[in-house]
Amino acid sequence: MDLFEYQGKQLFAKYGLAVPSGEVAETPEQAKTAAEAIGGTVVVKAQVQVGGRGKAGGIKLAKDPDEAYAEADNILGMDIKGHVVKRLWIESASDIKKEYYASVTFDRSAKKPLVMLSAMGGMDIEAVAEEHPEALARLHVDPLTGFQQHHARWLIYHANIDEPAQKGVLDALMKAYEAFIGLEATLIEINPLIWTADDRVVALDAKVSIDNNALFRHPELAELQESLTDDPQERMAHERGVTYVKLDGDVGIMGNGAGIVMSSLDVVALAGGTPANFLDAGGGSNAEAVATALEVLLSDPKVKSLMINIFGGITRCDEVAEGLLTALDTLGATLPIVVRLDGTAAEAGRAIIAERAPANVVVEPTMLSAAKRAVELAKEAS
Amino acid sequence: MSILVDENTKLVVQGVTGREGQFHTLRNKAYGTNVVAGVTPGKAGQDVDGIPVFNTVRDAVEATGANTSMIFVPPRFATDAIYESLDAGIDLTITITEGIPAHDMMRVYTHLKRSDQRLLGPNCPGAISPGKATVGIMPTDVFTPGRVGIVSRSGTLTYQISKEIGDMGIGQSTVVGIGGDPIVGSSFIDVLGMFEADPDTDLVVMVGEIGGDEEEKAGAFIAENMKTPVVGYIAGFQAPPGKQMGHAGAIITGSSGTAQGKKDALEALGVKVGTNPTEVAEIVRDTLG
Repeated sequence: MDLFEYQGKQLFAKYGLAVPSGEVAETPEQAKTAAEAIGGTVVVKAQVQVGGRGKAGGIKLAKDPDEAYAEADNILGMDIKGHVVKRLWIESASDIKKEYYASVTFDRSAKKPLVMLSAMGGMDIEAVAEEHPEALARLHVDPLTGFQQHHARWLIYHANIDEPAQKGVLDALMKAYEAFIGLEATLIEINPLIWTADDRVVALDAKVSIDNNALFRHPELAELQESLTDDPQERMAHERGVTYVKLDGDVGIMGNGAGIVMSSLDVVALAGGTPANFLDAGGGSNAEAVATALEVLLSDPKVKSLMINIFGGITRCDEVAEGLLTALDTLGATLPIVVRLDGTAAEAGRAIIAERAPANVVVEPTMLSAAKRAVELAKEAS
Repeated sequence: MSILVDENTKLVVQGVTGREGQFHTLRNKAYGTNVVAGVTPGKAGQDVDGIPVFNTVRDAVEATGANTSMIFVPPRFATDAIYESLDAGIDLTITITEGIPAHDMMRVYTHLKRSDQRLLGPNCPGAISPGKATVGIMPTDVFTPGRVGIVSRSGTLTYQISKEIGDMGIGQSTVVGIGGDPIVGSSFIDVLGMFEADPDTDLVVMVGEIGGDEEEKAGAFIAENMKTPVVGYIAGFQAPPGKQMGHAGAIITGSSGTAQGKKDALEALGVKVGTNPTEVAEIVRDTLG
């Protein structure tokens, strides 16, 4: 779960990590009120989860509340790389002496936390890592003993952090790691972490990702999830506990198990089509799960045909077929649906569909033929 | 021979009295697996279809000599269950549970690597040596005894590929699901090494997917250490790159992690990679000749 900047900064503040004072605004009026409360020059920042906000005009300075109103009016509703700005973060402008980079991330390859620090912050850190690898200090942490001050000192010396900022950076690193552990984050990235004119060290940006599997221990974070997706299908899928990711194409896809669904997406593309989504109804898909999944798929107006790919293991294909018929009765879908059943009770499942399914449901024997058929039918329908 | 599970397996099931736990325990037993004990705190003295239930894994090991554990405990209790199994000295812990937090698994993994015990999963379907034993949730009728080893991050894809090669008359020595989570106890390399040492495995199918760099690492291992041929499959060419925030992840893994990157890396090291499960089965058949 990826948080917005303002959510990340509010969490940083709870962990004692210095951030500029700020407020959320959803209207120009609120932006003006926020600017009055904060006082002085403020920064009006679009809250979208995409890089390059500044270049796109989504971050502006405002010298007084009236300017904040005008900038907010301008930025709200702006489309930044497909993300429409609905919310702003208004914060006190900072007097920057230098920009650093700091992050704590879950290194999947090493299976440990990785802390990184650089004196070359504020810019594209991937480019820094490539062109000046020596400028990015990296240190893995033993998750059983944790991040100690000597680790932070090592990073600070190896990243050549300026002497007057060293104490502040050490403090920021310790607190960033504390937040990483406390929030069960998979990423805490601060770019830039700034050294101010008055020698403070402040987080000027916040990228925080939380492990979805850990949300049961963090009800206050689970609540934030509500604010993170605007897509109606993704929201519906989330509410019903279905794993769903929306894509751009017109062939709707569902299957039982992440692997077989990913593989289905691939064969649809091989057949010349474009997948509309990823939907995993779960390894133990029963009739009810199939009905729920179908409802999510059919609610997407872009979908022109469906490919249902089930490998019966513990799941019985005859139960899936029954579930499909019941769901179609209720939902009354008319678009073409291609079903491929294999494994446990596959023949019984195919027979149920052949005998009782409406004419828009067809059975194909293999994954490849099902994908081809679904792609053809989507093309005919559009 | 075979690897990980066979006629010497003495299985204890943690979470044996739960609905799923009981269902799969009895299926494993019906297949011929030697299920010696179950564990559910507070239920010692009961039995599940003749399988004695103990309060703790340690009690079960002392009474029955169990050497393998299967975990069916819900995510919020599963981390403790893994530690309990490791602390009781179980050689192989197979964790079926899906949804264990990543921070828990970082600590479990670090602890695990300080011993020579093995962990499969979490979020895995288990392992089966056809005709000998099965531990987990795999549909047993898909598999037949034979000489192809399979190691996979995905359950359903494993069944699909096993069935496709089965339809060609080719069976399996052992089929191992290592699990789909970012941190799992055993890597492709761990299992490939075991297959390489198994005289009854003539070829290995490795089923990978997007994310991480375990397939790339496995490619290098295959090139340097394996005489047994390996056929690969990678799922997820069309998968969305994910709404990845920040760049820390990209810095660590570079371009690896994508399906194309993995396929290219494996092929550059001489591992044949099929583009769909049917093609994988055909490459297996042609390689075995």
